[in-house]
Amino acid sequence: MAQLPDILFYVFAFLTLACGFLVVLNPFSTNPVTSAMFLVLTIGSLAGLFVLLHAFFLAAVQILVYAGAVMVLFLFVIMLLDLPAEERRKVKKAGLVLGLISVGAILTIMLQSLLQSSFSSEAAPTLEGSTIPLGRLLFTQYLLPFEIISVLLLVAMVGVILLSKKDLK
Amino acid sequence: MTWIDQLTPLAQFALFSAIKIICVFSVLMFIVAYAVWVERKVSAAIQDRHGPNRVGIFGLLQPAADAVKAFLKEDFTPGHVRKVYFWLAPAIVMIPSLLTVAIIPFGSRLGAQKMVIADLNVGILYTFGIVSLGVYGIVLAGYAANSKYPFLGGIRSTAQMISYEIAMGMSVIPIFLLVGSLNLGQVIEYQTGNVFHWLIFKQPLAFGIFLAAMFAETNRLPFDLPESEQELAGGYNVEYSSIKFALFFMGEYAAMTAASAMMVTLFLGGWTLPIAGLDQPAQTIGIGLLQIGVFLAKMLFVEFMVIWVRWMWPRFRYDQLMDLGWRRFIPLALANIVATAVVLWGVAK
Repeated sequence: MAQLPDILFYVFAFLTLACGFLVVLNPFSTNPVTSAMFLVLTIGSLAGLFVLLHAFFLAAVQILVYAGAVMVLFLFVIMLLDLPAEERRKVKKAGLVLGLISVGAILTIMLQSLLQSSFSSEAAPTLEGSTIPLGRLLFTQYLLPFEIISVLLLVAMVGVILLSKKDLK
Repeated sequence: MTWIDQLTPLAQFALFSAIKIICVFSVLMFIVAYAVWVERKVSAAIQDRHGPNRVGIFGLLQPAADAVKAFLKEDFTPGHVRKVYFWLAPAIVMIPSLLTVAIIPFGSRLGAQKMVIADLNVGILYTFGIVSLGVYGIVLAGYAANSKYPFLGGIRSTAQMISYEIAMGMSVIPIFLLVGSLNLGQVIEYQTGNVFHWLIFKQPLAFGIFLAAMFAETNRLPFDLPESEQELAGGYNVEYSSIKFALFFMGEYAAMTAASAMMVTLFLGGWTLPIAGLDQPAQTIGIGLLQIGVFLAKMLFVEFMVIWVRWMWPRFRYDQLMDLGWRRFIPLALANIVATAVVLWGVAK
């Protein structure tokens, strides 16, 4: 008999895939707001998958940062766009071909790495998502990547401030 | 009660969780209904009027009358709205506050049961995650209405809630530096013993910022710009009528209740009182119930203050709101984090 976490895994995995699909190819609506809302649902289901892996911190941050902040800004920008023009936009042939090629390439890489990896029957090591070990790792073993990402974000912020200045001297 | 012991642990967990969820939900809905009544009575007292006094003694049955009215009114859907979002938005408004109360420890324990629905070790992050979703209801309502004033209300609320969310999140970081855990149960444990252990006394600046951000996040005066009547004719809920409109109202009061509960947990000692041993987990059912009472009393007091402020303060201008959020609260909160960290480091040395 399937256990509850297994059932939940399939539920969340299905939700993630279905919502993700509806973000890019929604047969019922071409409204960008609808796509954005499905992206929020995708992120929410991903957070559910993280919870099933006991990565509670990651799940909470996923919701907090992506669903709560980034997607709200997306909505903000979409609402200020010219929506009717966006809804009329058709898929271009060149875009379709390029898209299919890149998706195919990524799929090949993924399948290859999946085939090469060996699956043992042992239980996966528990991803302990507790905050204290995670913070300790970030400031010891992964200090350099962590700091580089911080600098990257800082650069982006400085760039935005520079761009939003009306009169550059 | 032997049949409970015979259940599997999973079944016991499911049973007790279901009971707790039903109880918390009913209490929350009761408080929401009567918060409206209190709001009207307080505003009446401040403006030297009587307030509702026709239905029942002191108008106590007014919430029931209001509910009947909301349900029986014509539920009108204007022709120009975006139907799906128009139906979804009032429901989405309610969800975040219902999810937030799930991790609030509203008492120590009754028997062997902890009085919290979900005892998460990332408690506060969960709360902020859910609170940050609160903006969707209002934004979608504004978008669904497909007309000017609601749309402006929706856009305003996006900017406002994002801005104050940052201040709110940063204001509580010093608390977790002090406590050393994100678990709300341990935050309460830290505040036991002496009334001056309450974090409102240890972190008054954090308390102030959190308080202001709480008003902004729940769209209450002096930060009710998404619905400011004089400028936006009511804002995001203009096109709504009947029970859908009432749901926005209930959502606002539910958010207020959840925010008050959060405030009590973080700054006012939660279910503890530093007298008569009320700050230790309860050994008997009586003490356990008393502690739930203490929590409710503190929470209702905070909620009363929020209502009181609404009838005493004018609204901020939009530029003042942004200035306060970004140029006052966020730097102050950052300074508070640094100062707390330095002091803790000094003490540890």
